[in-house]
Amino acid sequence: MDFQLTDEQQMIRKMVRDFAEKEIAPIAKETDTEGKFPWEIIRKMARLGFLGLPFPEEYGGAGADNVSLAIAMEEIARVCGSTAITLDAHTSLCSEPIYLFGTEAQKRKYLPKLCSGEWIGAFGLTEPGAGSDAGATKTRAVRDGDEWVINGQKCFITNGSIADVVIITAVTDPGRGTRGISSFIVEKGTPGFRPGRDEEKMGLKGSITSELFFEDCRIPAENLLGRENEGFKQFLVTLDGGRIAIAAMALGLAQGAFERALAYSKERVQFGQPICNFQAIQWMLADMSTEIDAARLLVYRAAWLKDQGLPFTKEAAMAKLFTSEMAERVCYKAIQIHGGYGYMKEYEVERMYRDQRLCAIGEGTSEIQRLVIARQLLR
Amino acid sequence: MHAIVCIKQVPDTTEVKIDPERGTLIREGVPSIVNPFDTYAIEEALLLKEKFGGKVTVISMGPPQAVEALKEAVAMGADEAILLSDRAFAGADTWATAYTLCSAIKKIGDFDVILCGRQAIDGDTGQVGPGIATQLGINQLTYVFKIQDIDFEKRTIRVERLVEEGREVVTSTLPCLLTVVKDINQPRYPTFMGIRRAAKMQIPTWTAAEMNVNPDLIGLTGSPTKVVRVFTPPAREGECDLVTADSPEQAAEILAEKLLAEKII
Repeated sequence: MDFQLTDEQQMIRKMVRDFAEKEIAPIAKETDTEGKFPWEIIRKMARLGFLGLPFPEEYGGAGADNVSLAIAMEEIARVCGSTAITLDAHTSLCSEPIYLFGTEAQKRKYLPKLCSGEWIGAFGLTEPGAGSDAGATKTRAVRDGDEWVINGQKCFITNGSIADVVIITAVTDPGRGTRGISSFIVEKGTPGFRPGRDEEKMGLKGSITSELFFEDCRIPAENLLGRENEGFKQFLVTLDGGRIAIAAMALGLAQGAFERALAYSKERVQFGQPICNFQAIQWMLADMSTEIDAARLLVYRAAWLKDQGLPFTKEAAMAKLFTSEMAERVCYKAIQIHGGYGYMKEYEVERMYRDQRLCAIGEGTSEIQRLVIARQLLR
Repeated sequence: MHAIVCIKQVPDTTEVKIDPERGTLIREGVPSIVNPFDTYAIEEALLLKEKFGGKVTVISMGPPQAVEALKEAVAMGADEAILLSDRAFAGADTWATAYTLCSAIKKIGDFDVILCGRQAIDGDTGQVGPGIATQLGINQLTYVFKIQDIDFEKRTIRVERLVEEGREVVTSTLPCLLTVVKDINQPRYPTFMGIRRAAKMQIPTWTAAEMNVNPDLIGLTGSPTKVVRVFTPPAREGECDLVTADSPEQAAEILAEKLLAEKII
């Protein structure tokens, strides 16, 4: 048993924390209040290799492991949830399936551009009528000669309207249920493909969440991702990995809120002394810190299993379930410790409270995570 | 072009507390960082390498964990790093430290410039850089704000120095030693690729024996100065005179008069 991060992982944490505090934190409030996509930050991150973190160098990636990716997500979310979710959709949901299921030609064509940040990626699975029940996908893809013709609609797609490339799922064999779904690579500007409106959200306001429309959108046959009718299986695997990233994001948000609450409790004086002297506050701080530590171990274990090439479906679901619900409790207490000030935008814990709420929904709700865990237990 | 950068690992002073009883720094649990002024020296060396080609070697004298600081420099883009570490180096003052670094530089051999930060944030002496130049017998250009030009044919360098009255443009022959101020550049972040290279790199450690140093000139023995005591000066008693007035302009006027009366301005 070894709880020590490797030299590389420690150096990555230090570098990402340094970058996050100096570059991202100063504009995090503005990113939220103005709902402004942090283009400048994303470009800076791209230059440093953030956008291709876990992919091999031969595809333009940094060749880091999944524990490092989790650490990076955690450190970014610690200061800004919007930036973290943008990176998650790009890396874990768009580049990852191309890396896992793409042909060599697809990997060579897309990964270098995605890893360098020249292109931004998105993943289109959810539809108005297909959320937790992803098998209810209505978007259709019909083969026509050397092309696939796509018709349908996606919603709640992170990076949707700004993405240069989107991985989408569509029904290719209507009679076969979940075994009749395939994944496709669609490039921005393809006739018949257009983004709809960007949604207004409760939190993560600096990230982009869009509708996508496909009307007789024709893409070349070679844009089928991996094998036909394996789309459902592919996105289950993609989401297993994505859940580690979302869990790491919830972890970072909780950590950020906790640190603010801890600092505030030492400064805030009531009844003639700092409120951290009161047991009511101390117990909250102790619970917050304990839960964050437990969550961190779950997240790193899931990432470590993935790095070892071992099964991690159950562990990723556990990490995501526990960490996202833990983040709710921790951010709630962080506001409670701040009292009235915590309810005000100035102290930032209210933003973290709003931002973390997505983590118990996106990439599989808590209820779906429980289903995944139970299935693994009972198989 | 070969640039040698001398760096120091220091405690992150924003997190250091002083033991009031013993008057020493409480270093347990305090993270170590690369001396911030040295990061500008590393960056400047990397900029020179980008402009002229060549290589950057980073050296540091310190305990084994100072290898972390060297790895950070490698992650930023330095080509080689050497740690000078030996129990015999312990307790060195600025002169003995300069002698040790100077001995390592002689062993490395050819170089064009040596870059140092203007001072370390723990000792704050600013003496090691000039000490190295003196012991090597080369020119020193301190508080460099800008490198204007380097002519490798004529073996000269022209820099702007930050001096109290303004800036001073100085030309020197190469090789020479520069200490840099923080306005000279904006240090880069390490890239992930750089971090991965640095994490894997085996950084050589040179001991006193390997560097062929005179044992009388290193560590505590070789230090002409000794630290007798470290203490926190008692907090100064001050008096606060609150200026109240009806308008900011009036308040400023009263303040100005008081300052003039006290001959502060």
